[in-house]
Amino acid sequence: MNNRELEQIANEIRIATVDAIYHANSGHPGGSLSAVDIFTCLYFDEMNVDPQNPGFEDRDRFVLSKGHAVPGLYAILAKKGFFPEKLLRSYRKMGTILQGHPDLKKTPGIDMSTGSLGQGVSAAVGLALGAAELDKKYRIYTLLGDGELQEGQVWEAAMFAAHHKLDNLCMIVDNNGLQLDGSLKEVIDPGSIDEKFRSFGFYVIIVDGHDMGELKNAFKKAREAKGQPTAIIAKTIKGKGVSFMENVVGWHGVAPNKEQYYKALEDLKKAGGALCQA
Amino acid sequence: MSGIKKIATRESYGNALAGLGKEKGNLYVLEADLGGATKSTIFRDAFPDRHIECGIAEANMMGIAAGLSLSGIVPFATSFAMFAAGRAWEQVRNSIGYPHLNVKIGATHAGISVGQDGATHQCNEDLALMRSIPGMVILNPSDDIETKAAVTAAYAYNGPVYLRLGRVPVPLINNRPDYQFQIGKGIVLREGKNVAIFATGLTVSASLDAAGMLAGDGIYAKVVNIHTIKPLDIGLVKKTATETDIIVTVEEHSVIGGLGSAITEVVAEENSAKVYRIGVNDVYGESALAEELLAKHGLDAQGIYDKIRYVLQLLTP
Repeated sequence: MNNRELEQIANEIRIATVDAIYHANSGHPGGSLSAVDIFTCLYFDEMNVDPQNPGFEDRDRFVLSKGHAVPGLYAILAKKGFFPEKLLRSYRKMGTILQGHPDLKKTPGIDMSTGSLGQGVSAAVGLALGAAELDKKYRIYTLLGDGELQEGQVWEAAMFAAHHKLDNLCMIVDNNGLQLDGSLKEVIDPGSIDEKFRSFGFYVIIVDGHDMGELKNAFKKAREAKGQPTAIIAKTIKGKGVSFMENVVGWHGVAPNKEQYYKALEDLKKAGGALCQA
Repeated sequence: MSGIKKIATRESYGNALAGLGKEKGNLYVLEADLGGATKSTIFRDAFPDRHIECGIAEANMMGIAAGLSLSGIVPFATSFAMFAAGRAWEQVRNSIGYPHLNVKIGATHAGISVGQDGATHQCNEDLALMRSIPGMVILNPSDDIETKAAVTAAYAYNGPVYLRLGRVPVPLINNRPDYQFQIGKGIVLREGKNVAIFATGLTVSASLDAAGMLAGDGIYAKVVNIHTIKPLDIGLVKKTATETDIIVTVEEHSVIGGLGSAITEVVAEENSAKVYRIGVNDVYGESALAEELLAKHGLDAQGIYDKIRYVLQLLTP
């Protein structure tokens, strides 16, 4: 799929994401919007998945370790056809298949239940080890938050993945620089994320996490890297695409009110219009 | 009652895995650098390619096990109870329990019989921690034969299982031709009308010995082996509680949250029988020999005998 088509899909996904959070009156817009381009590139270009047969054995797997970004992923899965798009407005509501954090038993297309930070990474590494042990060719992708890197379990998992030379594993860090209580620099500064992963034995690629060309290229390079896992450090903007949410800590975990919702839609539709005309 | 040969259930676990591994090619064992102590090295020696060393990182090991199970592998994640149930509780809860994955947790060195390593390594809380996780099966075998049966049953069961295993050698008590292990089914080892003892793990053997001592005094104790803490054999507990007025529970675990709690919860809602719990009384352990600690906490045959004599005396007008 060409970059412009991917950008158009990402714009629709952003609209669906904000819409779902608004109708739930609950959710995490900032870190969902920062990850939308990564989700889009993975599901519409990189990964081998089949919405008609979500559990087929040789599919690529995706583990959303930063599980709170799930409204963006739900919008992607709905757009792909894993479940009807109208269900997106049931997100976080009683009886829904779209839980507040990913649940593999409830939602078609979700490969692992996550939400407690640091844990999805280990499960992704386990999936990668399983694929390697069983000589399967599918690949494992996992998306982490940069704040999530403060969880020690991430580094337990990283050490394990490099030790086992799991080159079927691609970790992506959504490096938007903000977390719930402030910027990473204010809360606990992880220092150089790329150097940390490099020193753990990863092949490291730094990209603009909103540039489809760079993302595609990074996934390709990750596929070609042999003998070590890959970490893609995606430089992103928290709240990307909604003017008043961009780079604002306060938009980590609150839903927009009605006025803000319409303003967000206006921003996104304007961006979508520009993509169509260009 | 007791046989001559003693073997620790951790060693039975290692042997059982190595045995089952011969026919089950998708059985993997994960270890967190305690293989020499947990005895997972017995499996490693037989199947080095299916023994995954995770290093001293139990939280990650539980996640690796979750991911492996999603690949069709049946992992037995192995560590001490303190680290498997304690340190990694939330990983077990969220990455294994909540998605109900087919992961087996082999937790050795449970209870105070760990001995001289002392309180930091004596886990008297694991049953309470694991019982609170929905859908978790908890097995606490009493001897070598039962451990092998439990490992086989855990493998055959599709879902998370916590296997509680001990460090000290225990006598064989299930070496009889009609022995059958079924998850969730208690085993009546001895009939008696005066008092019913529900015991689990290494205290089953001591309870049988105590019942023998009581019989010498003309007191007849029923002895039930509860090898499955969850799901509890509620039918057997209720039935027993209608047949006797006095129930004593025995476990090498805190009296809070383990077998004693589980049985009390059932009896309190359904029956009028009184339940007395023998276990670790909300205190930490300490360094000493296992048999010294078991005696101190009233978990050897003499302690169980004394407690039951005391209870009967209290209740006799």
